[in-house]
Amino acid sequence: MLKYLLEKEFKQLLRNKFIPRMIIMFPILQLLIFPWAANFEINNINLSVVDHDHSSYSRRLIQKIVSSGYFQLTDVSPGYDRALQSVEKNKADVVVEIPRNFEKELEREGHVKLLIAANTVNGTKGGLSTGYLANIINGFASDLRQESGQASRASVVPAIDIVPYYRFNPNLNYKVFMVPALMVLVLTMLCGFLPALNIVGEKEAGTMEQINVTPVSKFTFILAKLLPFWIIGTIVITLSFGIAWLVYGLIPAGHLSTIYLFVLIYVLAISGFGLVISNYSDTIQQAMFVMYFFVMVLIMLSGLFTPINSMPAWAQDITLANPLRYLMQVMRLVYLKGSGIADMLPQLGALIGFAVLFNGWAVLSYKKKS
Amino acid sequence: MKILNDIAHSFRLLIINCSLLIKRSVFLVFVQKEFYHIFRDKRTMLILLGMPVVQLILFGFAITNEVKNAKIVVFDSSNDDATRRIARQLDASQYFSVVRYVKSQQELKQVFQDGNISMAVVFDERFNENLLHTGKAQLQLLTDATDPNTATQLVQYASSIIGDYQQELMEQNKVPYQIQPEVKLLYNPQMKAAYNFVPGVLGMILMLICAMMTSIAIVREKELGTMEILLVSPMKPIYIILAKAIPYLTLSSINLVTVLLLSIFVLNVPVAGSLFWLFLVSLLFILVSLSIGLLVSTLVNSQMAAMLVSVLAMMMPVILLSGMIYPIENMPPVLQWASNIVPARWYISAVKGLMIKGVGIAAVGKEVTVLCVMVVLLITVSMKKFKIRLE
Repeated sequence: MLKYLLEKEFKQLLRNKFIPRMIIMFPILQLLIFPWAANFEINNINLSVVDHDHSSYSRRLIQKIVSSGYFQLTDVSPGYDRALQSVEKNKADVVVEIPRNFEKELEREGHVKLLIAANTVNGTKGGLSTGYLANIINGFASDLRQESGQASRASVVPAIDIVPYYRFNPNLNYKVFMVPALMVLVLTMLCGFLPALNIVGEKEAGTMEQINVTPVSKFTFILAKLLPFWIIGTIVITLSFGIAWLVYGLIPAGHLSTIYLFVLIYVLAISGFGLVISNYSDTIQQAMFVMYFFVMVLIMLSGLFTPINSMPAWAQDITLANPLRYLMQVMRLVYLKGSGIADMLPQLGALIGFAVLFNGWAVLSYKKKS
Repeated sequence: MKILNDIAHSFRLLIINCSLLIKRSVFLVFVQKEFYHIFRDKRTMLILLGMPVVQLILFGFAITNEVKNAKIVVFDSSNDDATRRIARQLDASQYFSVVRYVKSQQELKQVFQDGNISMAVVFDERFNENLLHTGKAQLQLLTDATDPNTATQLVQYASSIIGDYQQELMEQNKVPYQIQPEVKLLYNPQMKAAYNFVPGVLGMILMLICAMMTSIAIVREKELGTMEILLVSPMKPIYIILAKAIPYLTLSSINLVTVLLLSIFVLNVPVAGSLFWLFLVSLLFILVSLSIGLLVSTLVNSQMAAMLVSVLAMMMPVILLSGMIYPIENMPPVLQWASNIVPARWYISAVKGLMIKGVGIAAVGKEVTVLCVMVVLLITVSMKKFKIRLE
């Protein structure tokens, strides 16, 4: 019985002109485009300078800021108000205003103030850009001290040498972080949405009635719906490994087989979830919307875009009920830290739990009586 | 015979009268039909109206890339005034909380391996002594760079706190050549993530509801065969499409209002600029989204395809290339260029201006112009496509 049902499912899949292409194209497109866009690095900050001093010091300071690589001088304004206008028009993100007598006061008084104004609509960007600027300005001051040799005359200048070490990812390669997690996203999209549309599609086409009058058991029916997605999942993840290796040169630090094991369980879970939604829906439109809603929330709370650690406690608790979160962790752990199955037993347990829960639910919620 | 003629005549009159009546109100009837479609699907309704609320709350409270109370450990082999001060200042800041002091390299390594620790601060031996006498003291910041974004942020924040301490020392020692930056944070002094996300969520929701729903609603009629019936009705095709668009226009307007109310009263993100222009620009964006939906519906024939196109061509670019989460300026030039054709990018930028920065409409003139051009282009193309399909 299962054999014939599977044959039907595969024929339906393959004869659809859209789905097979989708299965190949979607991972390729996602993995080729996403990692380049998904980048939090803040450089190329647009800088507007208001220089009231026009001295050699002020010019040198501006020069130093620009050559740091973080900033681009996009605007030079005669006054603060004009600079603010270019911030309003999005031409500049940060304004540095150097006061009149900047050089004189530095020489005479030994200290001077200058103004930094940053657009903080994007708080992270604003915070980091003022931080960068403060560092550069400090550096400039110590340059001046060294040149003048006055440092020896006064007491010792205390300088703290900060040495950062970036463990597990010393080159701060954001792609190593994003690509494995994006694979989870691709898997979720394909192996979650397609099953969600599957059963309800049969309902809408009227073929569900035909299935309902056959002796096919509920369990066999769900199993036959599930198995093709297992194969799709395997194809998708293999393709993704290929792209990660060929395009980004990423090879997991751990075992590939570990990932396959987790992925297979995960696909079962997420496809089961799709089937549950499909069972409860009356129209494709409805199934799609409900699925979209859940997937959206699950993605946001998965740690893909923003770290789970920076979420408030209640949101962190919600993420515990999110299967994406676990596979995302597994992928990153295996790729970056080379963890083995023994290190990830909690994740394994959670995913198996989800798979059993959703598929059990799918079997139970499938009603043969209309 | 005469009676038959009479009957035929009155029948004809009836038809003419009916058609007159129909012509006047038929459009309204069509609109009504579309509303019924939506209202009778309770689940979809619930999601359409509930999604903005959930997303806004998630984005406002849960989704943030700012670092807060990151757990750090301190390995202080010096344990003097300076190191204690620095550790205390780190702990006092909103970015870090010191959860543990370790005593040996071995312990440090162990703590790091167990995870859950974002950074370790390692002071050199005789830190304060070195600092005051030779002027050089070293400290190491060990971070878990599996997430490079967080790692760089942590190092940056720690550096500026340590820098502040250094500045203090300098002032005490009357060191020459001190430049003190005075920092002014514009528009969002508390640096709340919601200020950045609210415009993004608006763009995403409006695009989703208008484009995706319209395209699916139209394609659905095609797939079920009811489109044929609609097309042979006395209505011009353009009105059929219009009738489809109006309910979604209404729904998105409701969503617009909900999102704005929520952001003002729940997230405390005020509307700094003119509400009038904000609504007008949003309406323009809704039009763009509706015409995208229309275009998609003329290109595909199944709901499945409409959905996949919507997700692929709309959801992902809106999240990725609109500047909502990831800054556009740092993308490779190809993607920066591609982001120009994502309508949400322009809309979000305009909303950031009008709502958060509180600028006048003139400052977002470029964004508005681009959206206008997009509307005209999309409607022209989809109208052309629509006619072809009718023949």
